[in-house]
Amino acid sequence: MAGNLFRIIKLTKNQPGFLVATTNNVSIALYSGPPPGTPPPQTKTKFGPLADEDRVFTNLYGRHDWRLKGAMKRGDWYKTKEILLKGADWIINEVKTSGLRGRGGAGFPTGMKWSFMNKPGDGRPKYLVVNADEGEPGTCKDREIMRHDPHKLVEGCLIAGRAIGAKAAYIYIRGEFYNEASNMQVAIAEAYQAGFLGKNACGSGYDFDVFMHRGAGAYICGEETALIESIEGKQGKPRLKPPFPADVGVFGCPTTVNNVETIAVSPTICRRSGSWFASFGRTRNSGTKLFNISGHVNTPCTVEEEMSIPLKELIEVHGGGVQGGWDNLLAIIPGGSSTPLIPKKVCEDVLMDFDGLVAAQTSLGTAAIIVMNKQTDIVKAIARLIMFYKHESCGQCTPCREGVAWMNKMIYRFVDGNAKPEEIDMLWEISKQIEGHSICALADGAAWPVQGLIRHFRPELEERMRRFNEQKVRASN
Amino acid sequence: MLRTTLAKVLNGAQFSPKNIAVITRAASDQAAKKPEKIEVFIDDIPVKVEPGTTVLQAAAMVGVEIPRFCYHERLAVAGNCRMCLVEVEKSPKPVAACAMPVMKGWRIKTDSELTKKAREGIMEFLLVNHPLDCPICDQGGECDLQDQSMAFGSDRSRFTDIDHSGKRAVEDKDIGPLIKTIMTRCIHCTRCIRFASEVAGVDDLGTTGRGNDMQVGTYVEKMFLSELSGNVIDLCPVGALTSKPYSFTARPWEIRKIDSIDVLDAVGSNIVVSTRTGEVMRIMPRVNEEINEEWLSDKSRFSYDGLKRQRLVTPMLRDSKGELKPVDWEVALLTVAKQLKNAGPSVGAIAGGFADAEVLVAVKDLLNKLGSEALCTEHTFPLDGSGTDLRSSYLLNNKIAGAEEADFVLLIGTNPRLEAPLLNSRLRKGYVHNELEVALIGPKVDLSYKYVHLGDSPSVLEQLVNGQHQISKKLTSAKKPLIIIGSEVLERPDGGAILSAVQKLCAATNPQTENWKVLNVLHKVASQVAALDIGYTPGVDKIRELSPKILLLLGADEGSIDKSDLSKDTFIIYLGHHGDNGAAVADAILPGAAYTEKQATYVNTEGRAQQTLTAVSPPGRAREDWKIIRALSEIIGATLPYDNLNEIRNRLDEVAPHLTRYGTAENANFFKQAEALSKSVKSQIDKTPFDVKLKELQDYFMTDSISRASPTMAKCVQAVIKQKQSKY
Repeated sequence: MAGNLFRIIKLTKNQPGFLVATTNNVSIALYSGPPPGTPPPQTKTKFGPLADEDRVFTNLYGRHDWRLKGAMKRGDWYKTKEILLKGADWIINEVKTSGLRGRGGAGFPTGMKWSFMNKPGDGRPKYLVVNADEGEPGTCKDREIMRHDPHKLVEGCLIAGRAIGAKAAYIYIRGEFYNEASNMQVAIAEAYQAGFLGKNACGSGYDFDVFMHRGAGAYICGEETALIESIEGKQGKPRLKPPFPADVGVFGCPTTVNNVETIAVSPTICRRSGSWFASFGRTRNSGTKLFNISGHVNTPCTVEEEMSIPLKELIEVHGGGVQGGWDNLLAIIPGGSSTPLIPKKVCEDVLMDFDGLVAAQTSLGTAAIIVMNKQTDIVKAIARLIMFYKHESCGQCTPCREGVAWMNKMIYRFVDGNAKPEEIDMLWEISKQIEGHSICALADGAAWPVQGLIRHFRPELEERMRRFNEQKVRASN
Repeated sequence: MLRTTLAKVLNGAQFSPKNIAVITRAASDQAAKKPEKIEVFIDDIPVKVEPGTTVLQAAAMVGVEIPRFCYHERLAVAGNCRMCLVEVEKSPKPVAACAMPVMKGWRIKTDSELTKKAREGIMEFLLVNHPLDCPICDQGGECDLQDQSMAFGSDRSRFTDIDHSGKRAVEDKDIGPLIKTIMTRCIHCTRCIRFASEVAGVDDLGTTGRGNDMQVGTYVEKMFLSELSGNVIDLCPVGALTSKPYSFTARPWEIRKIDSIDVLDAVGSNIVVSTRTGEVMRIMPRVNEEINEEWLSDKSRFSYDGLKRQRLVTPMLRDSKGELKPVDWEVALLTVAKQLKNAGPSVGAIAGGFADAEVLVAVKDLLNKLGSEALCTEHTFPLDGSGTDLRSSYLLNNKIAGAEEADFVLLIGTNPRLEAPLLNSRLRKGYVHNELEVALIGPKVDLSYKYVHLGDSPSVLEQLVNGQHQISKKLTSAKKPLIIIGSEVLERPDGGAILSAVQKLCAATNPQTENWKVLNVLHKVASQVAALDIGYTPGVDKIRELSPKILLLLGADEGSIDKSDLSKDTFIIYLGHHGDNGAAVADAILPGAAYTEKQATYVNTEGRAQQTLTAVSPPGRAREDWKIIRALSEIIGATLPYDNLNEIRNRLDEVAPHLTRYGTAENANFFKQAEALSKSVKSQIDKTPFDVKLKELQDYFMTDSISRASPTMAKCVQAVIKQKQSKY
């Protein structure tokens, strides 16, 4: 299924003129323009910085009241009833127009995902599951939303739930997020008390419930099917796909799993229109996005910015520049720990969006930028990440269970240089043997950092091995 | 509790791999209304398959076998070993063949470069932490990992870390006296876990830890409390779970394998007896979809060491001091013949649970020639109504495999889990996959699935017959109802009244399927059906009345009769293979052959005739049972007219032709007539509650002379009792 969809996207990219022309003829009566989801032609050339009035998350830093009163002052829950009354199709169309792509890492078009749920029902209830198990090292965007702007998420649940016809939403929140879970729970209670949730939510005649479920601290439970298993009370081990959650999800019912940020921006998209959201960023990468900047920068921060902003500009403007100046930069991991790193020369002009980073052989992921300057032991840094993946692998399927542990052993030898140069190729092959052979994407996420390291820092690895062997020879003499 | 039926009725879940995994017989019945077939290509060979077929199944249809470790056709799909990855054209990643349903027009390449590389990669990963201890591994020679690494693995290792940190080591677990665990060898396929929770219905096994530290085990150290536990040994694709009694005793290439039949319960499971140098080394199941699928119960699998203990290896006679003394065959036969001659027609015989059809017919012919009709079976059965004249009254008429199709099962006075574990596994299969509902009249026992307990009072049965019970409606409205009655309650004095009530109850049901048989009797011993077919009288009352001068015990060890029932001068001859209760009271002992030592016919509780084959020769001077009777007849001067196996089988064929139609179960008929005759039964059911002997697992292991002689079974009883006392 995913393969098909991917091909459709490819087609629109390569032949936009053709597709727009044909669809125009057919659907002109309905929409006086191309159907939602058709990307506008690329005209903009400069992206960011984002103007304050265009920010979705206006209390990202917790300077204002996060509770219902404060949230309403900032525009949350404004005319939610009217949005709901416009119906599921209208909401999905608006989200399709906005070009919103999933903010959890894979970047699947949200409008399309929601439209999968509009198949004729078979009597089973449908559910919305919000993935708030933010565990990717370097990523800290969802927790800012949940602790400082929880009503955005609660309202988003209602709107997204309406769009997919869900009966209830389950927010699966990471166990370590105690304060965030507490704030979320308060926000949900406030919404119930104000009549925004529950029976006849917002007076729209639509019944909707929101439940919180706290995880127990496993990274793998952020994988959508493992998360579903965990909600059901089982071990958090990813399921085989197909069937996809849209067919058989939580408690055997059709389910959509979305990231917190994806859900939280949807009310604003509905209020300010999809085309407003689509006006940011490059075609097919539209919108605003929360970026997390951490590592060797002067002012680490989480910031909302326009998509497609150049990486360098993002770091210079919001991160306060690399410690020791731009020239002291060694490499950047642009999208959370599972994405391959990019060296300085790539960082110079890469654009922070899905397509820009794919072109640089990496990925936007969760947009958690980890900056490493020249004081970093890059091999050790990557080794530490692999150790994380080894520890978080669920152990269900062979490539991940055995392969990642093996990679971990090897790369820790590479830190000292205790290996032969041929083993670099072997490690590369092993990472390729892991990638794409497992049930879920955790193994891919473990293989990519290694591939990034070998791709860009092979001389460094070889140099370490040479030095280690020299020392060994000297010691034996 | 695991039950897949909910998901099954739901449309969207229809093609989920969990449901297509275990194909029940009922599901295959619905094949007629399935949507049209789709065409796919396996290595460019077109094949039409039903929607929902997995890649692996489609490949099997054109004879392409895809390697696998975790996939097993009788268990749910796990898809975690990744060995079955194959390339599908236009898919960027290889797909797991065991779990992926085919789509129209797919071109699957099972021999492409991508597929080969994927397999080689997975094999390398599996071997990274697998110890190379094949020379000391009991699985060596019959190991999936060995075979598949030869076929699909790389020809050299590049595990350079063996010089640095080495391989993973895992502590072994103690899960009882039957299964030896060497957990370092585990490849985490989870077959054992899925077997335990799906088939055995015991959620004892699971995984703890994660990633490379994941372990298969019981979490706290405890015994794997199941009567089917031995099957995980066969399921384990590597040597992580091996047989404890068999460990380090033989290698697969040294042993001879002989197909045979199990006789330790009335199911008649098909087995393979492995022997080496005239000794039974182990017993394994043989696939028979009609009976045991590919499972085997623990008693059948592990009590073979009882065949080497307490054996009667030489003829014996009781001397003047009352002690049994070994003698020659000649002396023994002459003495016995003399006694028989003197006794004239005052001779009786009691057949025990292990008597085969050949010896049964030989003894019957001999006694008839001597003018006696006192031929009894040790286990009784009501003679009121049609009694044993109509086979339908004493067979499991709907067959073992039919049990999984039922939609409502009423169990009366039986604990199928321990009396016939493989019938119970069928019921559990029906419960898990087929929405089967079960109700039980009798003591409350653990059947490994949920059931409605109606109490153990016989009055429940009466209420049901009158249609006044709350489940009466369910029983009459069920489309495929089954009533399974244990032979044990029919052994009660009021057994005739009970059977008659059950026959009435059966007549009140309305099965919607043609040839659906509601009445099913579950026997406990292997000989009973053949004995009744041949014409033995059930129960020993006849012997008590007659008090014959000579009593011949055909392996009758259950103490149904003792010396106080007989006159003082009754001469007791014991013909059997174990020195058990029967031999203790005998005046003459004629050592016979056990089921692994003869080619003999047994009829299981369904009425299916099957034969054992000679795996080893009888120990010492023991001989095949019917031959002993044949020799005796000659000395008496009433020579039986058969000199070899073929001739005695011709005689069997004369008596009852179905006894030699091996493998097929002869259907019983005349249900209506049996029911009509049952109306003549005037006796009343008394108030004693229904009871069964085998209530808990510790009761299961030692039930007959073979299993009582088995040290392994004794260890099992001890282990179960110890486990039950433990706080886990």
